[in-house]
Amino acid sequence: MTAYLLKRVAIALATLVLASIVVFAVLEILPGDPARLMLGMNASAEQVEQVRTQMGLNDPLLLRYFHWIGNLVVLDFGRSYTYSVPVIDLVRERVAVSLPLALIALALSTLIAIPVGLYAASRQGRFGDTVSMGVSQIGVAIPNFWFALLLIYLFAVWLKWVPAGGFPGWSAGIWPALKALILPAIALALPQAAILARVTRQALIEVLSEDYIRTARAKGMPYRAVLWRHALRNAMIPVLTILGLQFAFLLAGTIIIENVFYLPGLGRLIFQAITQRDLIVVESVVMLLVTTVILVNLLVDFSYAVVDPRLRGRS
Amino acid sequence: MRLWKTVLAATAVALGCSTAAFAARTDLVLGMVLEPPHLDPTAGAAAAIREVTYANIFEGLTRIGPNGEVLPDLAESWTISEDGKVYTFKLHTGVKFHDGTDFDASDVKFSLDRARAEDSQNAQKQLFAAIDTVDVVDPATIKVTLKQPQGSFLYNMGWGDAVIVAPESAETNKEKPIGTGPFKFQNWAKGSSVTLVKSDSYWGDPAFLDKAEFRFIPDASAAVPAMLSGDVQAFPNMPTSDSLSQFQSDPRFKVVVGSTEGETILAMNNGKPPFDQPKVRQAISYALDRKAIIDGASEGLGQPIGSHMSPSSKDYVDLTGTYPHDPAKAKELLKEAGLANGTKVTLKLPPPPYARLGGEIIASQLRGVGIEAEIIPVEWAQWLDQVFTKKDYDLTIVSHVEPNDIGIYARKDYYFNYQNPEFTKVIEDLDATADEGKRKELLGKAQKTLADDAVVGFLFELPKVGVWDAKIEGLWQNQPVPANDLTKVKWND
Repeated sequence: MTAYLLKRVAIALATLVLASIVVFAVLEILPGDPARLMLGMNASAEQVEQVRTQMGLNDPLLLRYFHWIGNLVVLDFGRSYTYSVPVIDLVRERVAVSLPLALIALALSTLIAIPVGLYAASRQGRFGDTVSMGVSQIGVAIPNFWFALLLIYLFAVWLKWVPAGGFPGWSAGIWPALKALILPAIALALPQAAILARVTRQALIEVLSEDYIRTARAKGMPYRAVLWRHALRNAMIPVLTILGLQFAFLLAGTIIIENVFYLPGLGRLIFQAITQRDLIVVESVVMLLVTTVILVNLLVDFSYAVVDPRLRGRS
Repeated sequence: MRLWKTVLAATAVALGCSTAAFAARTDLVLGMVLEPPHLDPTAGAAAAIREVTYANIFEGLTRIGPNGEVLPDLAESWTISEDGKVYTFKLHTGVKFHDGTDFDASDVKFSLDRARAEDSQNAQKQLFAAIDTVDVVDPATIKVTLKQPQGSFLYNMGWGDAVIVAPESAETNKEKPIGTGPFKFQNWAKGSSVTLVKSDSYWGDPAFLDKAEFRFIPDASAAVPAMLSGDVQAFPNMPTSDSLSQFQSDPRFKVVVGSTEGETILAMNNGKPPFDQPKVRQAISYALDRKAIIDGASEGLGQPIGSHMSPSSKDYVDLTGTYPHDPAKAKELLKEAGLANGTKVTLKLPPPPYARLGGEIIASQLRGVGIEAEIIPVEWAQWLDQVFTKKDYDLTIVSHVEPNDIGIYARKDYYFNYQNPEFTKVIEDLDATADEGKRKELLGKAQKTLADDAVVGFLFELPKVGVWDAKIEGLWQNQPVPANDLTKVKWND
């Protein structure tokens, strides 16, 4: 057990280091000069050069990499070139939007997907299965930004139940803030739920054909109890794997969804920072997201051990 | 009992509505596509900074009016010496910055000296290049001495980059802008909106609005439902033109089409073969069908141009007939220039729709005369890096949005790679001329030279398409400078 966990942690750390090199290198190769972007077309070359020096962009490459990493380790994320405020302040404001959004979406997609998957698996090949899987096929196929626009036209423009976009801030009260997150969360969750439901169904169907299920049924255990106690638990590993992967997709999805709903979240921050070549913000926020994704996957790895006693015994 | 409660509640709601109807609304949510990187117009080129702060938060000695005219602002009047070199400005008195500090001539000196200093981050440093000294005569009088007469000096002082800031707040204006204008900064929810409120201590006519929020909506498809749902009541630069008819047919909205200072051009790299040959550039100019480009790239709303000057300018000369659409003539010229049929060139396109849509049309028009233009889409940062700075391009489409910027063609090392000593001379003379008649003549000559040389393919003046609630008045129709001037905006209900 301990060896298994230690190995997972070591892999996670190595992934982080690799990711930091890739992120830094990609942004280094990316054409575009933050100083020129800031000063625009009318500034002279000398002036641009001067601002580059002020920003520290003229330092040697390796120096800048280690400077950045060294600061990240002590949780100093640097200062934004464009906003000229500490990146951590920007991140803190944005996490307050993106994290609740991602969690609501994750909860929604799980709450929808698992019952649907269970239902479909228990009626395999019958009408209910065909309908729910047909609907989920559509869910998989629909791009989330398009689905988002449909939701906006229906609930904001036509019914006027919720605003068409924007975020009033948590200071405006829990309900107004939640109201602003409902449509984006649904737009994010439904396509994910569709995938998750299909995976759940598939995993359950495989488990349901196992010998021990037949044994359980043969000893007179009710079907429902078999489904919940034996089948679902054993089908959890693929479901958890997909759930972990989906968290990364959710974070990526927020970049698009936050732009469609103009929410001031992390996704929007990255998007703006890339177009403005605010390299330090991009680097730091991407690393933060990478860390989050790795942590979530680490959690998933740990939860395998909880779900599957065989993994616990392995040492 | 239940019923009574409902009736009472309904009555209360109805009463509430009717009282609200008597007083005009005093709040406004205005949509913008791009969020400003910060809010200091003296330290960055982004138009979005000016679209929030110009005339609302910050004021200059002079200001540019809705139709591009120079108006007095913090300077109530001025005199110009005989030789055109000394400007003496009489300033308004009793003016306060939003943080309560007093405004006087020393703030003007501070602002102008800061903008032209060696380590200045001002994006339009050339506006101040002619200034020799700035002297405080008394708290209400400032004297600016120029190195040589400059005809555009008063206009230059009206730019957003030349606004007056206070030494106490200059360094923090990026985050918390402190100006002298009718609105003061209240809050910036990053990624979301900037909120301004009316300043009670304003020296001039107070604003009608109590509160104005600039909301940033990056996605064109999100801008439409934001307007339709009433969340946003004005979009002075509506990002989509293909959804205009939907607003035009809806009586709740006004669609206002005006002009900008954006000369949209097909830039050619004059320093690189084959575009170093005048015949090739002329051939390309003949190959362009402006009508088709304007229809496709600006919904038919742009005005055709034949040189680098806005048709709404008083100095405009119509040169659209210099190279009329004539593919046969274009082919002939290309043959004379010795260009093989099917010559391959690249066409780099920045993100705005005018470039991406216009680029496809232009590529097909060039194919018609035997030039194969390969389209390369780039984002702004790449465009600035590759095209503008490194001059690594053949053709590109871009709108030059700065007002009265014909002088860029005389700049050494500019990305056009255009060198014509005769033209440079005209611009130098223009810079040193204050006489209106003379300036008009020189500007006419400059326009004619650029058109004849076919330096670039002159396409159209970028239109400004605004959509706002039909009950709002006072927003600008045209955009002589990047601004959303709210000083005269009010609700009419």
